Amino acid sequence: MSVRFGVVRFPGTCDEIDALRACAAVGDAELLWHGDADLKDVDVVVIPGGFSYGDYLRVGALARFSPVMGEVVKFAESGGAVLGICNGFQILAESGLLPGALLPNLSLRFVCREVDLVVGTDRTPFTSGFDVGETIEVPAKHRCGRFYVPDDQLAELKANDQVLFRYADGHNPNGSVDDIAGVCNVAGNVAGLMPHPEHAVDALMGSLDGLRMFASAAGRAGVAA
Amino acid sequence: MPRARVLIRPKTGILDPQGEAVERALPALGFGGASDVRIGRLVELDLDDAADLDQMCERLLANPLIEDYEIELLDSVVS
Repeated sequence: MSVRFGVVRFPGTCDEIDALRACAAVGDAELLWHGDADLKDVDVVVIPGGFSYGDYLRVGALARFSPVMGEVVKFAESGGAVLGICNGFQILAESGLLPGALLPNLSLRFVCREVDLVVGTDRTPFTSGFDVGETIEVPAKHRCGRFYVPDDQLAELKANDQVLFRYADGHNPNGSVDDIAGVCNVAGNVAGLMPHPEHAVDALMGSLDGLRMFASAAGRAGVAA
Repeated sequence: MPRARVLIRPKTGILDPQGEAVERALPALGFGGASDVRIGRLVELDLDDAADLDQMCERLLANPLIEDYEIELLDSVVS
């Protein structure tokens, strides 16, 4: 039986169709609506990129109070696999499901380019198909992607094997602390990153590396469920 | 109905590139002597009950990981 992915759509989300296609390439995929407190019994939740609720106040700050997020929090706390991409990562950080916060890029510019990422951990459903230390290529496009945690929490992150990806040398596009591009929670079932694996799922896009994250989840979620 | 003003600033130690950009722009306009420029946010609101304001700040108006906030109550009416 194929794994069912749910992709959350908020007002202002813009990457949900690419995310849906990436998920549909490796399993079944459907959209989840921000106003419905219903995850439709999916196996994996993906929170895609965009500008949820206009990103008013702070990036991701308002989306966390939507009805669907209450269910995502329960799902995550019960061990369900959740991936936040870009704005999705910002929402998960604001929700407290992931550590840290995303600040404006040091350059104050919107960054849009391919970046090399080094796999930091293979213990999440989304990175289980990679080798730790392997380099992959996916696009990044954001203005508020500077990952920040205070020094004491950074030490904890590293000690708990929570660094999902680091930008390769010279590829940090935003000034993120310790070159961190993505993190996971302590349990490893919730992951978030600023770059966009859903935009690297076809030879036409220049890289297929992103597809492997969804394929990993399709393989692992079935086992976990 | 009390009106409140909440001042939200980046925490000390957090790089504020907006502040730095403004700091660099001032001398270009001939204004010297400005340093440590920090840019934050101002929220003003009418409240039925100001007792909840601290929680509002902690949970929504500010992100305590990266921001400090300061509450100021304006023209409070004593009833």
